[in-house]
Amino acid sequence: MNQEISEPLQQQVLHAIKTRQALQIQGGGSKHFIGQPTDATLLDVSGHRGIVSYDPVELVITARAGTPLRELEQTLHEANQILPFEPPHFGWGATLGGTIACGLSGPARSFSGSARDYVLGVKVINGRGEILNFGGQVMKNVAGYDCSRLMAGAMGTLGVMLEISLKVLPKQAAEVTLINQTSLSLALKMMNHWAGKSLPLSAACYDGKNCYLRLSGARTAVKSARQLIGGEQHSDSNAFWQTIKEHQHPFFQSSRPLWRLSLPAERPAIDLPGEWLIDWCGAQRWLLSDSSAEVIREQAQQAGGHATLFRRGANETTTETFQRPTDGVMQLHRRLKQAFDPTGIFNPGRLFPNL
Amino acid sequence: MENKQFSITNGTEPALDKNKLVSRLRAILPRDAVLYEEEDLRPYECDALSAYRKLPMIVVLPSTIEQVQTIMRLCFQEKVPVIARGAGTGLSGGVTPIGAGVVLSLAKFMSILNIDPLARTAVVQPGVRNLAISQAVAAHGLYYAPDPSSQIACTIGGNVAENSGGVHCLKYGLTVHNVRKVKIVSMEGELITLGSDALDSSGYDLLALINGSEGMLGVVVEVTVKLIPIPARAQVVLAAFDDVVNAGTAVGNIIGAGIIPAGLEMMDKLAIQAAEDFAQVGYPTDAEAILLCELDGTNEEVSEQILVVCEIMKRSGATDVRSARDEAEREAFWKGRKAAFPAMGRLAPDYYCMDGTIPRKHLPYVLRRMAELSIEYELRVANVFHAGDGNLHPLILYDANVSGELERTEAFGGKILELCIEVGGSITGEHGVGIEKLEQMHLQFNDEELVQFHAVKHAFDPMGLLNPGKAVPTPKRCSEYRQLPMKGKNKSLQNSDQHA
Repeated sequence: MNQEISEPLQQQVLHAIKTRQALQIQGGGSKHFIGQPTDATLLDVSGHRGIVSYDPVELVITARAGTPLRELEQTLHEANQILPFEPPHFGWGATLGGTIACGLSGPARSFSGSARDYVLGVKVINGRGEILNFGGQVMKNVAGYDCSRLMAGAMGTLGVMLEISLKVLPKQAAEVTLINQTSLSLALKMMNHWAGKSLPLSAACYDGKNCYLRLSGARTAVKSARQLIGGEQHSDSNAFWQTIKEHQHPFFQSSRPLWRLSLPAERPAIDLPGEWLIDWCGAQRWLLSDSSAEVIREQAQQAGGHATLFRRGANETTTETFQRPTDGVMQLHRRLKQAFDPTGIFNPGRLFPNL
Repeated sequence: MENKQFSITNGTEPALDKNKLVSRLRAILPRDAVLYEEEDLRPYECDALSAYRKLPMIVVLPSTIEQVQTIMRLCFQEKVPVIARGAGTGLSGGVTPIGAGVVLSLAKFMSILNIDPLARTAVVQPGVRNLAISQAVAAHGLYYAPDPSSQIACTIGGNVAENSGGVHCLKYGLTVHNVRKVKIVSMEGELITLGSDALDSSGYDLLALINGSEGMLGVVVEVTVKLIPIPARAQVVLAAFDDVVNAGTAVGNIIGAGIIPAGLEMMDKLAIQAAEDFAQVGYPTDAEAILLCELDGTNEEVSEQILVVCEIMKRSGATDVRSARDEAEREAFWKGRKAAFPAMGRLAPDYYCMDGTIPRKHLPYVLRRMAELSIEYELRVANVFHAGDGNLHPLILYDANVSGELERTEAFGGKILELCIEVGGSITGEHGVGIEKLEQMHLQFNDEELVQFHAVKHAFDPMGLLNPGKAVPTPKRCSEYRQLPMKGKNKSLQNSDQHA
């Protein structure tokens, strides 16, 4: 039955290979703004949806790539489970496939791990039009190269994901967010200090004025950690982190270019003009700035990280979205692209030019 | 196991003969870093799966990254296969030499280069032992989570190559989840950094790909590991069952209650008895199965969960439930589990350790089938099971001196792996494919998938010189395989056809 469902997509890919026609893979279109725009023919995977298997006790869910993320999360919610990497949706139509292809993780990332960490297996159509299975539905599996985690964050350039298996976890019993007014440099120290202690921390951010520390766990554990850390308790913890995750926080309401700097968490403040919102204990820093891409990328690189032009400013199309890696790594990218998609039909240029 | 010559040979005869290669290597390395006499090579003929042996042509022991690069450039230029080797504790023959190849030992890379308590990372050389990392950072209240059974001996470079697990994977993940950055030297001799000091890096997740790549894609020369806080408290519950099905049900019930134990181990009757005989830790030897459930976290959290877990164990039919009264008893409970492998030595002269994974719900069926197979093959099997994450370690007991037993053992082992695939699992959870499970790879992957793996290998190592013949078998039908882009005079991929 699965084979039949996937057949129309496989046929479209085979046709595209034959006619050398580039494809733009799209689920719900909610993350269309991420990556270099492309004018390739649309390959709509949103119809390839549905949960294939889910047994809460196994802590594994397998769903088709076009499954709406909200549907998936609702199903997990009913069994008191969650996607531990807390993926942002960025729109009503967000799908599982798009979430994994973009490799997006939410506020919990620095404590619970990333989208790729929870990928256990994928079924993909490669650039030869073959349907391949990698990984599986078990927690531990080291047979063959880890091609399933490789798909996470590859921006659809290595294949069309059909099904994805993820590890899921139980929801925590209690959640509290503590607010402490402080400076950026003290906030960075504070977040990383507490992250190094045996505490039920699950998120840590700084909005330019306050440091927010979220505790999630057993009731008693959350209670004692709250007393230890101190600070004012947020009146609606869930709603607050929702605004950080979905970019609905007032900080994000700007028409200036939005940069994402991925940096070593403990690095002191970066000297770049603009406004900052710090998440992931300092490992993910959002910057609203009109500085040039070169300057921002140079600074990010010097600090041991990289910068992504996450949302473009008005009338701006030419700046590359993703920072280019070193030559050696870039060469591996080209060779891997060749290995999975020899004719280069999947999302050409979306990740890096000429890839 | 008795000596069994590793039959895979690389068809590419190096352009240089042994003497010439030795003199070229001695020109770039200190005199004692090049081994070529048989007596010096002997220790490198196998890993911990000693059934597969082959004497390497030469062993090199570089001590700097530059030396590794120089060796790789020379071998690349002369088309000499290279097998990188850590402590040799692997269980799948992943570092079995090939006769015309060079074994590159990373044993001299033993330094911890940096510990950053605030960033909660350590930068270590590949030859640093797994346990040594946790010991070095303990003063900061931190540790490195993955803890394979061989952790006192195995090294971090090998852990990356195998994506090693341990008993705490369900909660803390595998090596791939606990490594930030890896520096590799490619077959061409280029130093490449995968991952970064941040939580992600731009482009493909090459860090995920290098973990578990069994030394086929690059030589790991430096690793930055993630450290996590030592839990304020860890407590273990031991539950005995008179039926393995009930023990399996208890595992599901614990997870169903929203508890993720730090460790959740199951042992069957034969394993319990052997471990108890060996370690005398007070295991109930009349039980059909025991579960060891470790809970960690804050003091309050652990207290809360211990009560819930004890209750679930009883409700699931446990005949005896004990929670360790103190640290000494906790250690004793674990000592028995950790002694399970060596304890097999009291039951039989040899044992063969398997490593399959299954969806947990199929455990009763898999154990029943295994008991039937045990009768069929006339070999006893003890089961040690990472029950939380579905990773089975059946230990087949045999005597290599009895004619035909080794062959029967291997056939039985193959059947167990088939069984894992039948229920939707994997042929290896943490030991890797190496040369041991090449045949079973065909059960888990079809030809197209195997071709895709070879294409990935080709992207990193176009000449196919790095640890050739391991991890990925040649597809059964070879026509598509031959369509892989072959550049220049590369013949090595076709050469591995001979291995099938």
